[in-house]
Amino acid sequence: MVVDDPAHLDRVFHALAHPARRDLLRRLTKGESNLSALAEPLEMSFPAASKHVRVLEEARLVTRRVVGREHLCSIEGAPLAQVHQWLEEYRRHWEDAFERLDGLLDELKSARNTDRADE
Amino acid sequence: MIQDRNLQVTTPNDTDILLTRMFDAPRELVWDAIMKPELLKRWMQGPPGWTTIACENDVRVGGSFRYEWSGPGGESLAMTGEYIEVQSPRRVVRTERFHMGEGVPPMEQHGTLELTPEPGNPRRTRFTLTLRFPTREARDGMLASGMSEGAEASYAKLDELLARSAV
Repeated sequence: MVVDDPAHLDRVFHALAHPARRDLLRRLTKGESNLSALAEPLEMSFPAASKHVRVLEEARLVTRRVVGREHLCSIEGAPLAQVHQWLEEYRRHWEDAFERLDGLLDELKSARNTDRADE
Repeated sequence: MIQDRNLQVTTPNDTDILLTRMFDAPRELVWDAIMKPELLKRWMQGPPGWTTIACENDVRVGGSFRYEWSGPGGESLAMTGEYIEVQSPRRVVRTERFHMGEGVPPMEQHGTLELTPEPGNPRRTRFTLTLRFPTREARDGMLASGMSEGAEASYAKLDELLARSAV
């Protein structure tokens, strides 16, 4: 799945903008987990945690299945990979520029050392 | 968080892009290389194949800057803005506008640059650039445009390769 719909992308960024939801996602990378177990370290009520999971579901970052009284959540990697790819392209553009800047700084440093040696 | 070598690019909240990197030089040198036009234009370049046609930087409160590049097909790309706060050599805050060509309204953002000597080692400098956009949509749009540019460059390389193998 590719996030090519701007409204969906907004939901992805919105979902990632909350520390509790980032924490939920981080823990879900270890595998499927039930909502009560996810809520516990966040010191959050079940309904509060459920609300965060709802936001993640709307961004299609998480899927939830209900088995009896358990809400089992798992992570969906594709939208995250898309955001990762954007950041990666952006980062690469800057890294190219910064590598040129490294070279320039080396030049400036050796020019300065030569000046000092001349004194 | 994406980390390669030592450049980190993160989105710490809805509206910001944060870049951090270490430079192996004292703060004054890093400042000069970023602020003096004759040094700046040696590393702040347009996409591959583009030439720098303007690099003006008046670093004082109320002063303005203008960087402009032109592409092989006559396209133009420019960045302009004004300085709001200047504390040489440790911090500047400025408005930044990207002009992506005629008919496209410029994107506006706030840039805060901070240079900090590495604790215990003044020969190294930490660079932090916070780009703040008016809305989440504007921020995401910037990231998306970075991607399409990168993709375009890759396609151009592919074209080149295909042209060569056709000979």
